[in-house]
Amino acid sequence: MSQTAEANVKGENVIPTSRFRSFFRQLLKNKVAFSAFVFLVVIHVGVFLGPFIWTVNPDAVDPANALASWSAEHPLGTDDLGRDVLSRMLYGGQITLLVGLGSMIFTVLIGGLIGSAAGYFGGWIDTVLMRFTEAMLSIPNFFLALVALTVLGKSPMMVVLVIAFTSWMEIARVVYGETLKWKETEFVEASNAMGSSSMRTLIKHVIPQTIPSIIVASTLGIAWAILTESAISYLGLGIQPPTATWGNMLQNAQQYIWTAPILGVLPGVAITLVVLAYNFLGDGLRDMLDPKHLGK
Amino acid sequence: MLQFVIKRFGQSIVLILIVTIITFFLMNLAPGGPSSMMRLDATEEERQAIAEQLGLNDPVVVRYGNWLVNAFQGDLGLSLSSGEPVMDRIMERVPYTLQLAVWTILISVIVGIILGILSAKKRNKWQDHVINFGSVIGLSVPSFWLAIMFILLFSVQLGWLPSSGVGGASLMEQFTSSLMPVIILSTATLPTIVRFTRSSMLEVVSQNFIRTSRAKGLKERVVIYSHALRNALIPVISIIGVLIPRLLSGTVIVESVFGWPGIGRLIVEAAEGRDYNLVMGVTVIVTIVVIISNFIVDIIYSKVDPRVKNVG
Repeated sequence: MSQTAEANVKGENVIPTSRFRSFFRQLLKNKVAFSAFVFLVVIHVGVFLGPFIWTVNPDAVDPANALASWSAEHPLGTDDLGRDVLSRMLYGGQITLLVGLGSMIFTVLIGGLIGSAAGYFGGWIDTVLMRFTEAMLSIPNFFLALVALTVLGKSPMMVVLVIAFTSWMEIARVVYGETLKWKETEFVEASNAMGSSSMRTLIKHVIPQTIPSIIVASTLGIAWAILTESAISYLGLGIQPPTATWGNMLQNAQQYIWTAPILGVLPGVAITLVVLAYNFLGDGLRDMLDPKHLGK
Repeated sequence: MLQFVIKRFGQSIVLILIVTIITFFLMNLAPGGPSSMMRLDATEEERQAIAEQLGLNDPVVVRYGNWLVNAFQGDLGLSLSSGEPVMDRIMERVPYTLQLAVWTILISVIVGIILGILSAKKRNKWQDHVINFGSVIGLSVPSFWLAIMFILLFSVQLGWLPSSGVGGASLMEQFTSSLMPVIILSTATLPTIVRFTRSSMLEVVSQNFIRTSRAKGLKERVVIYSHALRNALIPVISIIGVLIPRLLSGTVIVESVFGWPGIGRLIVEAAEGRDYNLVMGVTVIVTIVVIISNFIVDIIYSKVDPRVKNVG
């Protein structure tokens, strides 16, 4: 507290930093959210460093050894083309998690831009942007995503962009609400009175205040993006094999459900656990941010 | 009231136009234009002939105008893969999706409200935690994967339920074949209704008139079910409008897993076959259905809660 006061005297904007520190301290207290956080760190590290230890090529086909059960050579067995499942799980996990993170970044950029502009500038900008946001919220976006992927191609980057362009509305609404709240505060007024341009005030003073809410919304957004990616990949309209993702590994699983059920179980469990962890983390962060929400 | 209805109606029309514009121009962004979406085995002459017949040589804006005029008359063009009118292909699928959607909404609303009330009454007790945990799980499991696991358990291992199809003419067969799809679809909608009912209940219970009715010495049951619930359920009506797009997105996946011949399956078939007119048609019809149902939900909401009209 005194630290903040002191820093404010010096004219430094440390409010976000100190908030982040107490954020983390509170995270330690919330057992569910903290476990989810630790689990996510382990999964991300495992998936990205795992291939350095388990160096089997995920695309090496071995039809003679297809649908094999577990062995020393293939700890999780092989798939319908004889590819090593462990290796595909690791590389597939990389793509799935990166698609989740990537979609989140673009979602935040689009949603943050639209929400803060609408809230801060008000007037007709507000009307147009927020009406557009409502419109996007009330249409079945999954259909629009399928249309876009059919037309624009199915590269991982395109999947990221399509997910972002069909799911930025939640963040836009959150940022919009926060911006409206903060733009009435004294320090924003002071910044304006000191002659800052409205752009500068928005970027330096209003947007930083919205960051905690953005973190909560984007954590839940990653969960949503991973679910969406896996669904479109399952339908065969997402990232195409041989590039593995947890979603497209399940594409053929239904065919082999009788012979090799493990092929269908494993990627699904992985997706569920990661999405669950992101959801728990997001819910936990929201409780920390807004204690009123606790137990509600 | 009339003013509110007219305003909302106008907004709905604008929304539908926006979606048709986005979809139409997206389709025409396809490298090589929509002609590249025709069947791959089409020869150059066939391509030209089809392009001429579909008016693909006109500028995009003119084509959009023509499409819009026809669409208003219920003509969404011909399916490129089967040659049948798009409208007919969609309409033969609609009843199947409707069957799933209606059951899912009924089950989600009834079970969701019951669990929500229970969760609110037992706030921070184990029942509340279990329901809350279950809700997060329901929202986290990929529905297509859950569907595969259900097939593995109930069709492959236990042999209780058929793994795909719509079943025969008998009521029992129809019930068993739609049971798994409806349950899977509900996992995406039920948790939202539970959470919404719970927080709405807690908010109402903290209000003065509830304290008054308790102070009057009314039984807890009367307080909860006839005073609190009636007010708590009003916002729950609005959430149904939000759930309809999500439900329809869910049908795409669930219908694909269970081989259910609804419109969700149709758009995947159309996208796989690059059937430009059909994809466009399904998207537009689905959007119209969603927007009309949102419109109805809003009207009901404003009827039940007069406060909304001033804001709306």
